[in-house]
Amino acid sequence: MHELGLMQQVVQILQASVQKEGLERVNYVKLVVGQMTAAQPDALQFAFEVFASMENWLKGAVLEIEEREIKARCLDCGELFTVVEYRFICSECGSLNHELESGRELFIDYYEGDK
Amino acid sequence: MKVELVTNVLDANTAIAEQNRQFFAAKGVFVLNLMSAPGAGKTTILEKTIEALKDQIRIGVIEGDICTTRDAERIAALGIPAVQINTDGACHLDANMILRSLQNLSLEDLDLLVIENVGNLVCPAEFDLGEHYKAMVISVTEGNDKPTKYPLMFKESQAILVNKLDLLPYTDFSLEVLKQDLETLNPQAQVFPISARTGEGVVAWSQWLVELASSIKSK
Repeated sequence: MHELGLMQQVVQILQASVQKEGLERVNYVKLVVGQMTAAQPDALQFAFEVFASMENWLKGAVLEIEEREIKARCLDCGELFTVVEYRFICSECGSLNHELESGRELFIDYYEGDK
Repeated sequence: MKVELVTNVLDANTAIAEQNRQFFAAKGVFVLNLMSAPGAGKTTILEKTIEALKDQIRIGVIEGDICTTRDAERIAALGIPAVQINTDGACHLDANMILRSLQNLSLEDLDLLVIENVGNLVCPAEFDLGEHYKAMVISVTEGNDKPTKYPLMFKESQAILVNKLDLLPYTDFSLEVLKQDLETLNPQAQVFPISARTGEGVVAWSQWLVELASSIKSK
């Protein structure tokens, strides 16, 4: 629902970095998005295209989104398990005690640009 | 040229939320971020909570809505400091909106600050405002499928209020099913069945808030 706003943050972070690195343009952006975020990859992709068409330094750039599964660590047996349908129940021992290991990611991993 | 950034997209929000958090700690005020779908009864619950608590602790409210000052007016009518934030279309409050609104509140005169978020079951759960706890309201008329359809907010909340309990006989909602769903999603959550209309359950919920507010004060 707020992917346009999130992408605006992405573009601001990129712009600051491009200026710092003395780059002219960005060709490729790698974003990591956990499945336990309120950010839809399709909507992020669309928002990126909107900004890429508006900013000269971002024209034609490709956004790749790597989705991360929800994973939790069991606090009783130590098993790292994948959470299916938001059921935080250890696949090994059935415990409900856990801490989240992944799924809440929303970060720019890296980008590629030209001088 | 490849540039490794590894920068969180919400970094700007998180930094301001951290600033808010330190400010709240310095003033000794407990801050609750109250979320729900539109129409679940956040404001009515707040009115009842204020009536129950206003002689025990000092409460302030930040109201978040897309437009109008109706909710802040409802709260202010109870003699409680209330600030309205209009997001002008944005679907959630963010940390910077809270920071700016704090200029209009004297936190040193408060024990509890409730931030009523924009009615929305999705986006508000994503944005740290600097609060201590998140709480959410689900009303029985919304149906039992909400925790499985909108899991993030149910996962992130320390308290879940089940409102409109007086309408339970007219719905297919089951408190047992809700509790079962929460068992694998968020077993630590405190569940408060409540009817803001009849006042049922308001005392238990209010006392929980008083305990949290006094635990902050004694630190």
